[in-house]
Amino acid sequence: MSLTSTKRPPTNAVARLTGQFFRSRETGILAALVIVIAVTTIVNPTFLFSTDGFRDLLLTPSILILIAVGQAMVIITRNVDLSVGSVVGLTAYLAGRLFIDVPGIPIIAVFLIAVAAGALLGLVNGLLVAYGKVPALVITLGTLYAYRGINVLWTGSNRINSSDMPQAFLGLGTQTSLFIPSLTIIALVVVFAAGWYLRNRRGGRELYAIGSDPAAAELYGLNVTRRILVAFVLSGALAGLAGILFAARYGTTNSQTGTGLELQAVGAAVIGGVAIFGGSGTVYGAAIGAVLLLTINRALPILGIQDFWQQAVVGALIIGAIVLDRVLALRLFRKLISERQVSHD
Amino acid sequence: MLFQTSSKRSVTRALSLTAAAITLALVATGCAASTGGSSTSGPSGAKNYKIAFLPKQLGNAYFDTSDKGGAAAIKEFNGTYSEVGPATAAANAQVSYINTLTQQQVGAIVLSANDPTALGSALTQARAAGVKIVTYDADTDAKYRDIFVNQATAEGIAKIEVDLITKEIGDKGDIAILSATANAANQNAWIELMKKDLAANHPNVKLVDVVYGNDDDQTSFDKTAALLQTYPNLKGIISPTTVGVAAAARYLSTSSFKGKVALTGLGTPNQMRDYVNNGTVTAFALWNPADLGYLASYAAKALIDGTITGKEGDSFKAGKLGTFKVGANGTVLLGAPYTFDKSNIAKFNF
Amino acid sequence: MTSLDTRTPLAAKTIANYGRPLWRRWLLSRESAVIVAVILVWVVASGVVPYFGTTTTLGFLLLDATPILMIALPMTFVIITGEIDLSVASTLGLSSVMLGVLTKGGVPIELAMIVCLVVGLLAGAVNGFLVTVVGLPSLAVTIGTLALFRGIAVGLLGTTAITTFPPFWQNLAQARFGLTGIPVVMVLVVVLIVIFALVLHFTPFGRGLFALGLSKDTAAFSGVKVNRAKFIAFLLTGLIAALAGIYWTLRYGSARGDNATGLELSVIAAVLLLGGVSIFGGKGAMHGVVAGVLLLGVLQSALRLANVSSDAINIIIGALLIVSVLSPRILAWARRLRPSVARQRK
Repeated sequence: MSLTSTKRPPTNAVARLTGQFFRSRETGILAALVIVIAVTTIVNPTFLFSTDGFRDLLLTPSILILIAVGQAMVIITRNVDLSVGSVVGLTAYLAGRLFIDVPGIPIIAVFLIAVAAGALLGLVNGLLVAYGKVPALVITLGTLYAYRGINVLWTGSNRINSSDMPQAFLGLGTQTSLFIPSLTIIALVVVFAAGWYLRNRRGGRELYAIGSDPAAAELYGLNVTRRILVAFVLSGALAGLAGILFAARYGTTNSQTGTGLELQAVGAAVIGGVAIFGGSGTVYGAAIGAVLLLTINRALPILGIQDFWQQAVVGALIIGAIVLDRVLALRLFRKLISERQVSHD
Repeated sequence: MLFQTSSKRSVTRALSLTAAAITLALVATGCAASTGGSSTSGPSGAKNYKIAFLPKQLGNAYFDTSDKGGAAAIKEFNGTYSEVGPATAAANAQVSYINTLTQQQVGAIVLSANDPTALGSALTQARAAGVKIVTYDADTDAKYRDIFVNQATAEGIAKIEVDLITKEIGDKGDIAILSATANAANQNAWIELMKKDLAANHPNVKLVDVVYGNDDDQTSFDKTAALLQTYPNLKGIISPTTVGVAAAARYLSTSSFKGKVALTGLGTPNQMRDYVNNGTVTAFALWNPADLGYLASYAAKALIDGTITGKEGDSFKAGKLGTFKVGANGTVLLGAPYTFDKSNIAKFNF
Repeated sequence: MTSLDTRTPLAAKTIANYGRPLWRRWLLSRESAVIVAVILVWVVASGVVPYFGTTTTLGFLLLDATPILMIALPMTFVIITGEIDLSVASTLGLSSVMLGVLTKGGVPIELAMIVCLVVGLLAGAVNGFLVTVVGLPSLAVTIGTLALFRGIAVGLLGTTAITTFPPFWQNLAQARFGLTGIPVVMVLVVVLIVIFALVLHFTPFGRGLFALGLSKDTAAFSGVKVNRAKFIAFLLTGLIAALAGIYWTLRYGSARGDNATGLELSVIAAVLLLGGVSIFGGKGAMHGVVAGVLLLGVLQSALRLANVSSDAINIIIGALLIVSVLSPRILAWARRLRPSVARQRK
């Protein structure tokens, strides 16, 4: 990592910023997103230029963005959280139950309880990973089953319908202010807060350090256990937030809510340039990855590609993204090597 | 931990694993002990009224209602009711349950099939072992079962859906269908018939697309959104599945298309109540799922009694529902689908 | 049984283990514990659960376990090298769809089967190429190919399911040996188990897999062709997943794009958690994997016959997985307090 220090700083701030923008991994994925939206809009202008079209463009990915941000933070520490889909299901049902069982409960209280419940489930993952010294992939695969099992036992064949929840709460899932849906505002606040924390705060930087080389991080004296715990708690809390927003947006939850979201979340993070072996990537990338994944899903039928092929396209996209990452990383590596040789001459 | 010396480490590990396995075995035993006794009960010589319901999946409100109806019927004739099923709607999971029920020597299996053929050999084995097979809701190939209790004829369902939507959109314009899974035999059959009906009787109505929400709330919701954007001139949506029609109604009720795009389909009154009352949906159809399960139970009883064998023309009594006749292909028809709207929805609770 | 010395990278522990007679080392291994558990659950269930102790149960149990058992074998190779393959269930589905499409198109089923196996090899080659030649992490690659292969399978068939296959092959897929209840297909499975076990434990290639799972660099310096070995492991996984796809199609008589969705998690659970193979690579044994798959199958079958609901079964299986992972770890954690062991960690 010390190699980067040999890079010569560009002359002025503007040049540096533009340079950074064009070099950054997120730019490529953003460009892909813009192209998808542009092409689809040309084929069918309502995709962007209609109130519902614009709203759905922002609204549909919002829930996945939250989960992808949490997932990115966990992956950056060289772990993974496969239980998020089950956490979303449990907290979504919890939210619905609270509205039914505690009449007149304030909406904000339900939000806090759902997020806390998500954080608690994340804490269980974190404790098992950090203290059990069991790989996260194995543990969260186990809790994926376990949390879903609790959900199924609790829910049975019950289903919470929109008539069980207050209108003000359901409104959160769809209403817009200044053309921007509330859900999207929540997602954006989370993305920028997480992005700022990871980039500027000591705790955030330590997540990268741990992911780059866990052994070195420990030797250096970082509190690896605590940081990993924090990453899992945050991932769980964001999944909890996603769960209650899911209830608000879709207006119904049952025992299978959120099934399969974990692969979408990991996929979004990977597409967005978060390296699966930790230590690199940003939550911005993961968020754009989430938007791209779901926007492509919505764009394909408009572009005349049959429903059935969507999954194949998503798979190709994930592979394309990681191959691109590899190529970029190799190029950067060669460039750094040659720069080092120049500076040694 | 007590074990510290190195010579004991491996012993400890082996012990702990064995202990874990024993614990689990005991859990299994405990569960078994509570249910094991009942399976040997029943005087010898009496008819084997052990009837097991095997829905497409557990945790589905529709099957919950229908199976409750089935249980009520079985209680009337003092049979033993049980319900088993997979957590997700996969065909191979149902095969395991059919095999298990065959071994437990139930009198009849009442089944909603996840695949018309994949269950074939398991069902053949079950029948060879003397188990009667009644399908309800979703049929298998006719050669694999004794009786199919049909909720409504495919023609009847297709017709009522087409009639409802064409009436609401004034018999002209673009419509689309939001179906369940791409492989759902029921829905695919209905859609084919709807296409024929539209082509023959409604020349000004054009079916522009069929999309699949996989009977998943989120997918159905997002597909509805995509439909409305892909086809800005869309006038109506038919969703012949309870999950799909509720998700589509939820999307419509919060979008600018509310009241402009008509929606109908097969739904349950509890899921649709809000949307009918707020004007998103004018009318939708369904049979009574509880009656379907009730009738299936009595069909199973009649097969066990030997009153019917599944051939055309047989007839049997089904408690409060009256007498039913077996039609062609071993099919028993529950009746015509029922239309729910603002005027009558308050009377139903399922 | 020389295989057991690779179960731990700790030299000191290995030597300590060798201080004991061979039979004790074998008896005290994790694999033996799983085997004991299988026998124990079987005996208890036969005594308590009605209808469990029958040949019919045995037959159904083995038929149900066959696809997982087949795929678990090459998956063990892949995981021992320190990689993972999440795309196996999708390869199975793709092979199933190919078999359906080809037989429907008039291709003789024997030829169609060979094409399916080639498709499986190709799928494995795609994974292997991306992991070894391009140098990508297998977790990310196979999440991608999980979606890609499944997408192609679903895309090829759309709403249709192909259900007509020659009765001879369909019957073969579920035929039993007389009254023993043992399915004929078990001959194929046993042959595969023997081959994979021999290759893993008694050939230079197999030993090389362990070596490269423990340390890629050390293995490379010792003459193991790292990339070639990994590539072959992925090829085998694709091939066997396709074979399992053929079996699946014939047993259920139905080629559908969504066949065996989610099976990868069952395979990995059986291999990693119950079978005692380490996700970090370099550790594991074939008899443990086979016992792990069978434990899963026996438990599921016994619980189903005992009328335990499918949801409760999933929870019990999940609990078993977590217990089986954590029990040695908790002990290891306690042991970590000992300075000699703490020094060797990581």
